[in-house]
Amino acid sequence: MLSQLETATALEHLQAVIVALRDFYAVDHIVYHWVSADGEQYGCGTYAPAWVQHYVDREYLRIDPVVIGCFQRFHPVDWKRLDWSSKAARAFQREAVSFGVGNQGYSIPIRGPAGQFALFTVSHNCADAEWAAFAEANQRDLILIAHYFNHKALTLAANRQPEPAKPLSPREIDALTYLAMGYGRGQVADMLDISEHTLRAYIESARFKLGAANTTHAVARALTEGLIVVGGAARAAPGDWPGRVPIAPVTAARG
Amino acid sequence: MLRYLYAADLCRHPRLADTMFRDRAQQFAVRQGWDVTVDAKGWEQDAYDLMNPLYVIWDRPDGTHGGSMRFLPTTGPTMIADHFADLAPDAVLQSPAIWESTRFCLAPGAEGRIAAALMAGGGELMRQFGLTHFVGVFDARMVRIYRLIGAAPVVLGSMGEGRDRISAGLWAYDPDDRAAVLARAGITPAQSEAWFAQSFDAPAMHPVMVPVPA
Repeated sequence: MLSQLETATALEHLQAVIVALRDFYAVDHIVYHWVSADGEQYGCGTYAPAWVQHYVDREYLRIDPVVIGCFQRFHPVDWKRLDWSSKAARAFQREAVSFGVGNQGYSIPIRGPAGQFALFTVSHNCADAEWAAFAEANQRDLILIAHYFNHKALTLAANRQPEPAKPLSPREIDALTYLAMGYGRGQVADMLDISEHTLRAYIESARFKLGAANTTHAVARALTEGLIVVGGAARAAPGDWPGRVPIAPVTAARG
Repeated sequence: MLRYLYAADLCRHPRLADTMFRDRAQQFAVRQGWDVTVDAKGWEQDAYDLMNPLYVIWDRPDGTHGGSMRFLPTTGPTMIADHFADLAPDAVLQSPAIWESTRFCLAPGAEGRIAAALMAGGGELMRQFGLTHFVGVFDARMVRIYRLIGAAPVVLGSMGEGRDRISAGLWAYDPDDRAAVLARAGITPAQSEAWFAQSFDAPAMHPVMVPVPA
């Protein structure tokens, strides 16, 4: 499913990806929507087309508590925490639900270059306890997917580019190189003399910088782009070649 | 109490904002002698305060600032990426799950529990928003304070020597740390959650009742 996103070559492909994501998470809806500083809008998702049209016709962007509550914010928002107290907001929610939008929702605000603002939303119809459990179990993955989705949309859109990523740091290169050589995370952490918590930060950061869906894609992309070279690029890579002082071999592989 | 406030909302807490930026001037310009800008109002502010960061602030009973720290997502501009890339390249981490923490400030004479309360607030952000790490900038003096409150970071890189040493460090989210940090701050988990809700929940909620499929 994320591989599908990885290989998407046109904006239209994102619709199929978002449907697959919705099915994977077994929720009623997933929707992606961006508004740029110049007012250009783009969206895809599983809401009923009639609701999307109605939303645009009525200019609900102005009263939608999700948009209002996520604008000028960078934390993910559970719809329950939003202000639905105004008459307009309550009427809006009743209407949305009548068009099949869930009574529950979780929206992730994303900021891109040049004032781009995007929302990635998961919505479902269920009781509070069920929703809380779903959100807690999946929020981390959803946040990463939301940002990856936005990155992909910016890459595919005409005249737009994601913010250029920072270069990989020496530690990130080391971590990816060892992973490319087939070492497990425990072994890589040992070789770099860091904790697995710290290693995780380097791997996640490298993944984001490379615009990759997961660690495997990040390693593949780093290899393709020549950012890592398996068999010697890591500063402390095990191995032996002329002129190099051999390093003690790695022992005691951990799970 | 702890408040979580975006810069855009500081205007609704003028006394808290005023004392926070003054205390920052005291700490960073006067006590630590950093090369920071203090304006005519006596406020220490930098470019990152203009990017609508999220502040975690200890609000005293009289409405003044007891201590604070500032957060920005590492997916946008950060102090570390802009100023530490050469000296501590490994600290330039970018991920939606990693936020940058800067300007950890304590009001003059702040009780020890305020530092712990701020760390507890940071932990609450991680827990509620699915974050894995904070990456932050701090000086030599803070190393001791972080260690005392049981939240010592992993140092990723440093510049300068002795008292002038400035480091970039990494804090990983560990659910097991929560109880210890809250205990040091003298805050119950319920209290911490209530403060969090007070900042992030809308003032009134009237959820629409809809039939839930069985």
